[in-house]
Amino acid sequence: MPAEKEHSENGGGVATSSERLVDLYTQMVKIRAFEEACQKGFRQGKIGGYLHVYIGQEAVATGFLDSFKEGDKVITAYRDHAHALLLGTDPKEVMAELYGKGAGMVKGKGGSMHLFDVERGLMGGYGIVAGHIPLGVGFAYAMRYQETDHITQIYLGDGSISNGAFHEAANLAGLWGKDGMCPALFIVENNQYGMGTSVERTTAMTDLAAKFDAYGIENEKVDGMDVEAVLECAERLTEKVRETGKPYAIEALTYRTAPHGAADFFEKYREKEEIEEWRKRDPIGMLEKKLLENDAADEEKLDEIRSEAKELIAEAVKFADESEEPEIDELYTDVYAGADEYTGEE
Amino acid sequence: MAETKTYREALREGMVHEMDRDESVVLMGEDIGVYGGTHLITDGLIDEYGPKRVMDTPISEGGFTGAAIGMAMMGMKPVVEMMTWNFSFLASDQIIQNAAKVRYFSGGQVEVPLVIRGPNGGGVQLSAQHTHSLENLYGHFPGLKVVSPVTPNDVKGMMITAIRDPNPVIFLEAGALYGTKGEVEEGDNAVEFGKARIAREGSDVTLIAYGRQVNLCLRAANTLEEEDGVSAEVIDLRSIRPFDEDTIVQSVEKTHRAVTVQEQWRWFGVASEVAAIIQEGAFDSLDAPVQRVSGAEVPAPYARNLELEAFPSEKQVTNAARRALYIEEK
Repeated sequence: MPAEKEHSENGGGVATSSERLVDLYTQMVKIRAFEEACQKGFRQGKIGGYLHVYIGQEAVATGFLDSFKEGDKVITAYRDHAHALLLGTDPKEVMAELYGKGAGMVKGKGGSMHLFDVERGLMGGYGIVAGHIPLGVGFAYAMRYQETDHITQIYLGDGSISNGAFHEAANLAGLWGKDGMCPALFIVENNQYGMGTSVERTTAMTDLAAKFDAYGIENEKVDGMDVEAVLECAERLTEKVRETGKPYAIEALTYRTAPHGAADFFEKYREKEEIEEWRKRDPIGMLEKKLLENDAADEEKLDEIRSEAKELIAEAVKFADESEEPEIDELYTDVYAGADEYTGEE
Repeated sequence: MAETKTYREALREGMVHEMDRDESVVLMGEDIGVYGGTHLITDGLIDEYGPKRVMDTPISEGGFTGAAIGMAMMGMKPVVEMMTWNFSFLASDQIIQNAAKVRYFSGGQVEVPLVIRGPNGGGVQLSAQHTHSLENLYGHFPGLKVVSPVTPNDVKGMMITAIRDPNPVIFLEAGALYGTKGEVEEGDNAVEFGKARIAREGSDVTLIAYGRQVNLCLRAANTLEEEDGVSAEVIDLRSIRPFDEDTIVQSVEKTHRAVTVQEQWRWFGVASEVAAIIQEGAFDSLDAPVQRVSGAEVPAPYARNLELEAFPSEKQVTNAARRALYIEEK
């Protein structure tokens, strides 16, 4: 039986207090400033490897993580900086990781794609598309097996929907959910492109939320550019999942207004008009408009928020730049756990 | 106290021993519950422990292995049955990319106390897609532990150790030997990883193997004694990663000659690694080149005669030992 669908409309949620909207704005501006600093650091050669920024998608994680409760867990793929910042990791530690420094979140061992802050609930960024989704389902099972009321937020991109790991994980989630043993909220961040290939060019059935119907998982869509709409969804659905122990899926329609990776010329695979249209719906721009219209903030206040964010991120960059590289002995630590930490060195 | 038990019974006893002392231990896999397990290792356990601890899964190796990794990261101790290790290729992304590495790339913030177990190797006419020996594949990756017990006592003791280990353990069972019997210690007989077992003492040549090839080497050792008056030492590696270099080097320092035996293909195999370790650690003690005995370089065939030809035989082992001893092959 296909799950019943509800589609949230723009601003369809309960009216959000001005103070709260300003707070969300502050978070989103902080993420944007962080990501722009990352792009700069990458161009300067201070950040190595791959770099995937969240520019354009800020409203999604900001809205959903607003409903995060202590003990909950979050797992995502490699576009993970925003999740770390929103869960409260110090931007200095995040940036230091990207700069490959010992003071980084994972001691300089993972880089941009592998941010972890287990204490705060971030169970990682993962580099293999869809490969992390089964882990999130396992977290959710464990939460009920251990008799807690925590839930797991599993973030996945539109690109992962065509991968077997997604389908196997969704099948297990639906199955275990029948017994109330899978409190997982699947958040599909549909930014329209898996690298350079659009959703239409990867699957004949482009309603990504509806893919979950096949696994008995209720689902709906939300405008992922409208943080208020996301917020409403997040509050309602996290509580539903927490209460029932059943998974739920939400497709957040969003758009990456930056390239996939830092070295990607994205005009090659997108129409200029399309980019311009989506930029009009930039989540930060739309929220600014709303704040001004509702007298929740004036230009001066917004300026203040923007410059505070820039200052905070500038400090993070400075910290990362000046931090020491990891101790060379760190190469061999954390391979194995336990008293007999075996290093692999014979 | 010890009792005679089958490999199958001992293996199950190891799991049950840990399930009884630790509620976080759960079993999962295809048909392990209601059906009783393809190899009847878990028969009846679902009645005793319930479906939350003995979980039947869909035929979805990547999915349930990944979920088990997630459970382990949350402090549970899943023991995943691969119906056979041949199916683990479907889960290899999860095993290699997540289980083996997540501790490292999280900067040590998580542990993965996970056991993946199942029958490994061939010998029962299952042909190409159902016959592999994967110790070299999984043994290649830092972050995994890989063991391959051959005696009933070791399979129980190493299962107990595997479940207690805070790391992902690849537990390769000698699938062809589930019905074989041996003495098994009662209670907690945990067997430390990284320690080889001297299965037979000898002084003239060292035969080094693991899994069911250990039994082959023991038979070959008897033949060498009867027919050639040669005293062969047989070492059962038991643990592929971590690896016990000392026991091997010490044995070769005593015997001066070595034969390494494996069921898997010769190229890039464990036997080659053992040979390299011997030349690094006991070069001056060697009186002959290290001999390797491996499977034929073909996909596993079905017909019994072809299958026997494809795997190491007693004759190949005895002749390899004779080559190392510079005596005539038979």
